[in-house]
Amino acid sequence: MGFLLGEQMTGGYGAADILHDCSIGVEKGEIAVIVGPNGAGKSTAMKAVFGMLPLRKGHVMFDGEDVTQLKPEERVVKGMGFVPQTHNVFTSMTVEENLEMGAFIRTDSINDSIAQVYDLFPILKEKRKQPAGELSGGQRQQVAVGRALMTHPKVLMLDEPTAGVSPIVMDELFDRIIEIARLDVAILMVEQNAKQALEIADKGYVLVQGQNRFTDTGESLLANPEVRRAFLGG
Amino acid sequence: MTDFFNALTLLGNFLIIPGLTYGSQLALGALGVTLVYGVLRFSNFGHGETMAFGAMVTILVTWGFQSLGLSIQPLPTALLAIPVGILATVILTLLIDRFVYRYHRERKANPVIFLIVSIGVMFFLGGLIRFIIGPGDQIFFDGTRFILKAREFKQMTGLNEGLSLKMTQAVTIITAVIIVAAMFWFLNHTRTGKSMRAYSDNENLALLSGINPDRVVLITWILVAALATIAGTLYGLDKSFKPFVYMQLLLPIFASAIVGGVGNPIGAIAGGYVIAFSELILTFAYKKVVLYLGPDNMELESLVQFLGTDYKIAVSFIILVIVLIIRPTGLFSGKTI
Repeated sequence: MGFLLGEQMTGGYGAADILHDCSIGVEKGEIAVIVGPNGAGKSTAMKAVFGMLPLRKGHVMFDGEDVTQLKPEERVVKGMGFVPQTHNVFTSMTVEENLEMGAFIRTDSINDSIAQVYDLFPILKEKRKQPAGELSGGQRQQVAVGRALMTHPKVLMLDEPTAGVSPIVMDELFDRIIEIARLDVAILMVEQNAKQALEIADKGYVLVQGQNRFTDTGESLLANPEVRRAFLGG
Repeated sequence: MTDFFNALTLLGNFLIIPGLTYGSQLALGALGVTLVYGVLRFSNFGHGETMAFGAMVTILVTWGFQSLGLSIQPLPTALLAIPVGILATVILTLLIDRFVYRYHRERKANPVIFLIVSIGVMFFLGGLIRFIIGPGDQIFFDGTRFILKAREFKQMTGLNEGLSLKMTQAVTIITAVIIVAAMFWFLNHTRTGKSMRAYSDNENLALLSGINPDRVVLITWILVAALATIAGTLYGLDKSFKPFVYMQLLLPIFASAIVGGVGNPIGAIAGGYVIAFSELILTFAYKKVVLYLGPDNMELESLVQFLGTDYKIAVSFIILVIVLIIRPTGLFSGKTI
């Protein structure tokens, strides 16, 4: 039983399926990472879990409830947070307004949550009156993650959070993600930087052509010679 | 020195006050166009007729009030009737959205289809308006005509030239300032206003943040209807109400919105004044101004005019073309509200 579990998901956008019996899950306070070659269906698998891909088969369980039929925005209300890979901030709005919009579904006071995000990403406090579109790539990603955190999600899903940022910023982001997981949030992310991502992962999924190829702890996957040779460049 | 003040008065009376008035009317109109573009993502050609519809209802209610003896002297009774006009126009825009635009929105139709549909709406509304109030000129102005009369100004200052300020001009400018300030306050400081900006900025992310698109669309149409009614009524008060004039107004209004950067409210307002002043500056006859400022015995054959007033409408068109060639995103880059 997983806290969030997509089981035997099969589906695609058109006639052809992209995912074939693919299963992905994550527990509270854990980090699960989906890796694999280009076109393996990593992002698609995550979108399927979030309800952005019509499924022909399989189902998605979240916190003991079947959410397969729910729309993405309904899953947000249930406690799922999603950070898309691109276009993940409101560029014309200030950092603070971005966070406010993240908390749109909440009716209680959001000041504590904003303070919490600023604690996690101090640079955002400095830039809070600046339009998010004027920030650097790494700062934008922080805004994007911060926006998704504003609803206090029980699971946070990140689609390639480190795409296009420098290695230093990447390490920094991974550190923050570990901190978020310590708050008892389940984290599911897709990563291009497979090696670094598996290092912080409690669980790793290697997908190939929309199917589960290897599933193990991050550590064991890194130690597995077959995985190393085929997917981690030796 | 007197000559200098005479020249200044002349410019103030025929250029600055009319420019501010006309600019305010265009700015309010362009703000409506820009909101539709920013949130619903199409160019609403029906906006001119929406303005005419709002003005028409306001006129009918004004006549009703007048026959009941209701008035708010020295202000025009029409100001009292505007809320009813807004209400009727809100109902109209919501009905049109429900039965026309929503269908295309659900199918995620191409903006060009929306544009053509809006032209259909324009003709429909134009017909409806002529059917109800007729194609003729309607006068609905009452109250005090002038706040400052040219003759009084001359007596006060001893100048040859007079400066006059019509009640409609003052009402137009003051109303525009209040409405624009309220609009910006709403967009920048309220939750609903911010959600509109968020939706305009990034529709998918707004959805992921739990912003309800139907509500954003609803609020947008309410604001657009209110802006259109106010702009239409102010224009009708200042000039006169004639249905076909509102269709002609569409060009300077779109020019204003595009010059400022379509989708950008600050741009729409700036664009309104740019277009209004360009039209007036280029078609104004400077003969008397030059005579005042030139040497005493100077004589002038021509009117010292860049363009005849017949070409007034062409000015906004030329500016529109120039902006589209040189800076297609407008003075303030548009796209989101």
